[in-house]
Amino acid sequence: MKWLRITHAKNIPLREGRGVNLGGTEIAIFNLGGRFAAVENSCPHRGGPLCDSIVAGNTAICPLHGWNICLDTGAVLKPEICVRVQTYPVRVEDGIVMLQLPDEEEAQRKDAA
Amino acid sequence: MEQLVVVGNGMAGMACLEQILKHEPKFDVTVFGDETHVNYNRILLSSVLAGEREADDITVNGLDWYQKNDVRLRLGEQIHKIDLRRRLVYGDGSETRFDKLILATGSSAFIPPIEGINKKNVFTFRSLDDTRAMLAVARLGAKAVVIGGGLLGLEAARGLQLRGCEVSVAHLLDTLMNMQLDATGGDYLRKKIEQLGVRVLTGRSTKALAGNGRVEGVIFENGDVAEAEIVVIACGIRPNAELARNAGIAVNRGVVVNDFMETSHPRVFAVGECAEHNGQVYGLVAPLFDQGKVLAATVTGNRGPRFTGWTPAAKLKIMGVDVFSAGEFQESNGVEVVRYEDASFGVYKKLLVRDNKLVGVVLVGEAADSNRYMEWLRSAADLTLRRKNLLFPEAVADHGGTVAEMADGETVCGCMGVTKGEIIAAIHDKGVNTLPQLKECTRASTGCGSCTGVCQQILKAVAPGFEEETKKVLCKCVPFAQENLREMIRSQKLKSVQEVLDIYGNGRGCEVCKPALSYLVDVIWCGDHEEDRSARFINDRVHANIQRDGTFSVIPRIRGGVTSATELRKIADAAEKYNARMVKITGSQRIDLLGIRKSDLPKIWADLGMASGQAYTKGVRMVKTCVGTEFCRFGVQDAIHAGIELEKRLENLFTPHKTKMAVTGCPRNCAEATVKDVGLIGQEGSWQVVVGGAAGKHVRKADLLITVQTTEEALEAAMLFFQHYRENANYLERTYDFVERIGIEKIRKETVYAQAKQKKGLLMRLQKSKALSKDAWREGESPMRPAQFVQIQPLEAVLQ
Repeated sequence: MKWLRITHAKNIPLREGRGVNLGGTEIAIFNLGGRFAAVENSCPHRGGPLCDSIVAGNTAICPLHGWNICLDTGAVLKPEICVRVQTYPVRVEDGIVMLQLPDEEEAQRKDAA
Repeated sequence: MEQLVVVGNGMAGMACLEQILKHEPKFDVTVFGDETHVNYNRILLSSVLAGEREADDITVNGLDWYQKNDVRLRLGEQIHKIDLRRRLVYGDGSETRFDKLILATGSSAFIPPIEGINKKNVFTFRSLDDTRAMLAVARLGAKAVVIGGGLLGLEAARGLQLRGCEVSVAHLLDTLMNMQLDATGGDYLRKKIEQLGVRVLTGRSTKALAGNGRVEGVIFENGDVAEAEIVVIACGIRPNAELARNAGIAVNRGVVVNDFMETSHPRVFAVGECAEHNGQVYGLVAPLFDQGKVLAATVTGNRGPRFTGWTPAAKLKIMGVDVFSAGEFQESNGVEVVRYEDASFGVYKKLLVRDNKLVGVVLVGEAADSNRYMEWLRSAADLTLRRKNLLFPEAVADHGGTVAEMADGETVCGCMGVTKGEIIAAIHDKGVNTLPQLKECTRASTGCGSCTGVCQQILKAVAPGFEEETKKVLCKCVPFAQENLREMIRSQKLKSVQEVLDIYGNGRGCEVCKPALSYLVDVIWCGDHEEDRSARFINDRVHANIQRDGTFSVIPRIRGGVTSATELRKIADAAEKYNARMVKITGSQRIDLLGIRKSDLPKIWADLGMASGQAYTKGVRMVKTCVGTEFCRFGVQDAIHAGIELEKRLENLFTPHKTKMAVTGCPRNCAEATVKDVGLIGQEGSWQVVVGGAAGKHVRKADLLITVQTTEEALEAAMLFFQHYRENANYLERTYDFVERIGIEKIRKETVYAQAKQKKGLLMRLQKSKALSKDAWREGESPMRPAQFVQIQPLEAVLQ
């Protein structure tokens, strides 16, 4: 799997999120202070843009109706329901935020499982 | 009836008396207290100092309790002498006979030999009077030094700091709370305390206090000098045992008692901090209450229960600094240590285990599990099976879980010795539903208060009619009332949301507290704060209102609802160019362009060339007007120009909630000023200024603030109210709630009827905020944050 160069880390300010479109997939990347996290940019509730969330610790709070999404696991924390958003591995190298997309095959394998 | 005399009106003595009153036979009881207050909860003095509670809130037994129980209370009277042979105690000119005598004289602060210690503004921290004396001199910016970095010293330091003092703690040894913590634990604690803004000086021996009559500084043995207007001595406590010693009763450090709390004299008993049992003097509340129960049995002729000693335990009561220690805390032979630490979160946990039994625990930074560990210590539980997850018990999913995990016999309130089973019995048999009822009925959670959370959980899980106590705090992240927070932000000079969260909260915040704190730091510093956009709701980051599909609405400012053909052309062009899905006339005499993409916002603002209408934020929305004397046949005042002027003076400012205004040119009220937050109603030769109206979720007719003659006076009255509302309302409190909560009479006194100086202050702060405010849409040309409006373009394309 390949790491994609996304943007300069300074483009994502502390405790904020930014949206990016990677080959048709909308992804929200967050600066959690010292580390970054990425999830699909769509709240499982009504599709709210998670990149516009208020960030509290490692939780994003959807701007539309306040659903809480754990940015480490993708799990919905509030309300208490068993739903997840996709998460993506992120790291910073030489000041550039890098993100890893799952390859097609693996994604399919996951879907099948 | 036998005469029972209790010397000492403190927590231990009165808890014991409460137990005695439950037994037969009855006594004729006299209580002597050298303080002039009824029995209060001494443990909570630090929260009085910190401003979390009022002095009245910590009363345990009010005067009515003494009366109801026929207890003679002699306040402010010190007992000087006991005559055992004649069975008399001597007070200030009084003699009182006793058949049985209970000594509950407590302890006093230990005063180390420091030169110049009798200077003014040098305090100990033992009593309500000490606390009040400190509060009288603790003012903003005063320099204070606390000598002693133990439990009490740290609580005093934090209390003074919350009152706005600049506080240093000087500790003799290298480890803070060295009676309860090991060196590592002490270091973690030190970091926490320093993070709160208290300076910590360790390894400092105090030599002398400088100053001429009034204390001015602290001189240390190493020659350092610390400036100090206030000095608090918190170097430990000593049992008050002189009275007993002089009477010939056996005394070591404290009054010596056996397992039945009997002293060397058959008619004399001792309880509390003045008593020494098995070489141990207890200073914490739980063992003292245990002693009280035992003594109550002994003294009423039911001799049998024994006091067999307690594992020493201590909990620091500073909000946001969790420290718990019980039993042993230093490594020694035969002791296994289980340790966890995480420096970035400031968490340190250490368990000491001997022969598979817990013998000690130190928790810094996170002490939620203290009850469980205390229970293991108390019951000497065999931990063989739990050995693998001592520090991390398996997570429990449902909220009743922790409650369900507890055995009925497990102690919930260590201070009062109340078990889970007893609480459940109270709920079922006595109809207890609320925390106050539970306190009244079982006394649980009336000691140090640290079990309040567990009590709440049990109530929630078991009580059919449970109602949570709704204390009006901002939120769980920053558990203070907004009026307290305003004071803290001001006194501690906090200029950013994150500082407030770090110092007074959990460091992370949430969608409730972050926008509220953003507002508070803005209004308190009149706009001269550190703006943190990450703490703002998305609307306040991109200055537009997010819609259900993630697009935004754009409403330009149209002052007084007056626009022009040129403006309308621009609006029409922009609507077409950016594919507005809808163009709508709003209820506020403005025009809304709906369905605009975030990345188009700066462009549409530039094309419009108009200012932000603040329709997306808690701020100044609009001033609605009628045409007034400009056109209307019935108009008596120039509503248009007054309205536009009012809007110009207040626009771009933020308010606790949205603020809608109107100016109407005659009492026909076409601009509906009587249902606006602020309204000006034109009369023949005068203006009525009305406030607190609403026509939304609530409908409320505005209250008349004042009637004035000139337009300028009317504008000033509106501005006075506006600024007063900004400074005093809670975040998200509309004017109609604010006016009802405070009352219009009081608001008049604080605004239009205030002293000239006070009015000037309000207007000056308003001017300052106004001068620093700006049209948010200008950020379209120069964004405040990187990539504020644009979608990130990846440096590397994805191969499709």
